[in-house]
Amino acid sequence: MRFALAPEQRDFAGSLRKICETAGTPNIVRSWSGGDHRGGRGLIRQLAGAGALGLIVDERYGGFGATPVDLVVACVEFGRAAVPGPLVETAAVIPALLQALPDPAPAQRWLPALAEGTVLGTIGPAADQPALDADTAEVVLAVDGDRLSAAHRIGPIRSVDAARRLFSTAADETVAEGDGVRAAAAAAFDAGVLAVAAQTLGAGRALLDTSVSYVKQRRQFGKPIGQYQAVKHHLANVLIGLEMAEPLLYRAALSVAGDDPDIRARDVSAAKVACADAAYRAARTALQVHGAIGYTAEFDLSLWLTKVMALRTAWGTGDFHRGRVAAALRAERGAA
Amino acid sequence: MDLDFDSGAEEFRAEVREFLRANVPATPLPSMDTRAGFEAHRAWERTMAEARLSVVAWPAEFGGRDASLLEWVLFEEEYYAAGAPGRVSQNGIFLLAPTLFEHGSPEQLGRILPRMARGDDIWAQAWSEPEAGSDLAGIRSTARRTTGGWILDGQKTWSSRAAYADWAFGLFRSDPDAERHRGLTYVMFPLTADGVTVRPIPQLDGEPGFAELFLDSVFVPDRDVIGEPHNGWQVAMATSSNERGLSLRSPGRFTATARRLLDLWRETADPADTAARNAVVDCWIGAEAYRLATWGTVTRLAEGGKLGAESSVNKVFWSDLDIGLHETALDLLGAAAERSGPWTDGYLFSLAGPIYAGTNEIQRNIVAERLLGLPR
Repeated sequence: MRFALAPEQRDFAGSLRKICETAGTPNIVRSWSGGDHRGGRGLIRQLAGAGALGLIVDERYGGFGATPVDLVVACVEFGRAAVPGPLVETAAVIPALLQALPDPAPAQRWLPALAEGTVLGTIGPAADQPALDADTAEVVLAVDGDRLSAAHRIGPIRSVDAARRLFSTAADETVAEGDGVRAAAAAAFDAGVLAVAAQTLGAGRALLDTSVSYVKQRRQFGKPIGQYQAVKHHLANVLIGLEMAEPLLYRAALSVAGDDPDIRARDVSAAKVACADAAYRAARTALQVHGAIGYTAEFDLSLWLTKVMALRTAWGTGDFHRGRVAAALRAERGAA
Repeated sequence: MDLDFDSGAEEFRAEVREFLRANVPATPLPSMDTRAGFEAHRAWERTMAEARLSVVAWPAEFGGRDASLLEWVLFEEEYYAAGAPGRVSQNGIFLLAPTLFEHGSPEQLGRILPRMARGDDIWAQAWSEPEAGSDLAGIRSTARRTTGGWILDGQKTWSSRAAYADWAFGLFRSDPDAERHRGLTYVMFPLTADGVTVRPIPQLDGEPGFAELFLDSVFVPDRDVIGEPHNGWQVAMATSSNERGLSLRSPGRFTATARRLLDLWRETADPADTAARNAVVDCWIGAEAYRLATWGTVTRLAEGGKLGAESSVNKVFWSDLDIGLHETALDLLGAAAERSGPWTDGYLFSLAGPIYAGTNEIQRNIVAERLLGLPR
């Protein structure tokens, strides 16, 4: 039993964090929101160069054949830096989907370029989710029941987070059909839920860090506001929520690596609920302790606030995921 | 990263499970906060001691079996899952013993621990005072130097288990001129000593779970002082992070309560009631989070880390979780929630969680100042 990241995984996180810091994500996010994807695509290629996009892609498709835990490590950093783009789709959902199909041809066709970061992929609708960033992704897929198709975008649909450019899709050629698609889509959905939970937790961590530095320097009534107990208790609650959500996320990653689809669904949903709640509390608290400056769009905090508000319901609402956990727990009776 | 246990740990777990299956009383023991219940719980401690399962993490020479931290957590998981009795020896085993292991003399260890392991001596805490709750440094009860020992005077309160216990441990001000945190001495004394008056205080549930202690010129020999005189604060700190963190509230307790809550939900709730469903799921998620966080801590400690301010994170979390688990159960029970029973007992007990072991307000200050680096 060793329930902790390995030193190499921590180093990997550190190297991704450094790439994002050097790139300066806030400007990239603002350009992306306006439809200029150049900066973002450049950053994503750099992250792919560090190995972050092909983690769960098999080596035979040009990936690293790493574990879902490694995927979580990368996605937490994507969220921490608010990296824009269809990263959950490119790095988690499409690899999980294509590699679970009985026919290897679609994986051979698309995964090498996705793992390389030169091509982005998106998919919709997944969990009633429109396709994210279908205006820049070269690979646009759509799942409808037991049919997987290549698709084209219709839209756009405005998100609360301007950096999330959403589109409806219309199916074109069929890529795969049958029960195999249904099972593959279920596995891919859980990989997406895991990745988005990780991204959400990372954004929550960033919001807490920003809030802590702000309350240390912002003075009112002659002292830093971080000295007031009311402010301290808000931020302590945020830390407690994030700290207690994180172990659920890693356990969900272990369950995604395992072979029981019921446990997998239960655990990714539990992680999604806990990470979304913790990050949402981080966002609400960040806005509260920043005061009016936090409410402005020109202050960078807004980029993380709107991201968390969008991610809270993306890939399934809290109610949806609690329902999935409940279904698994009801079914466990007798088994336990 | 994994959550798999090696075969040695699995064997240990199987042995514990078998012992509990064969020995846990079929009908729950009466409350340990009654005289009869207290003695029944003492007998249960002896039963466990005979199987060398009362203090598994201690060295063999004191009645334990040198179990690793990982095995200890497995033991606790099994213990709570089996619905085994609450530990009347808890204060001694989880609060005093860690302090003795860190600061006690070999003579103290040899004299005190084996009796504690067998339930021969049951220990009460004597921390709080009427004017010093979470502010331990505000202690006023005094220890005055005399030949061969110390004279204790003053008053302690909210002393858990003190109504029927044999001994107590706590802090006394030994140097009135020193700063608040200095000049305190950590002392053990028998509750039957001359000059000790115990006044049991009924708790919300009506039973005397704690007591007030009045000390009037109580003599304590030097051998019952732990660590150096006047250094009691440092000695006590070793105990208090233990109390908030791993030891006192093992995850098994909440995992077991969550399991009972799930049973109640499956038996009583309308599956279409999504509010009830969501509340139950949140409780289960919280109990799982705490269990998994504990395995993370176990990993860190096994690799040489120390339990520090993060035990305050745990304390706030588990105390809120415990209340949430019981409130959810009472909501499921509806009007029946008023009737006395395990859920109402557990609920009343859970309400003390955010108060004892340092209030949650104090814990949040510790989290903010020591973990987030906010200014004092």
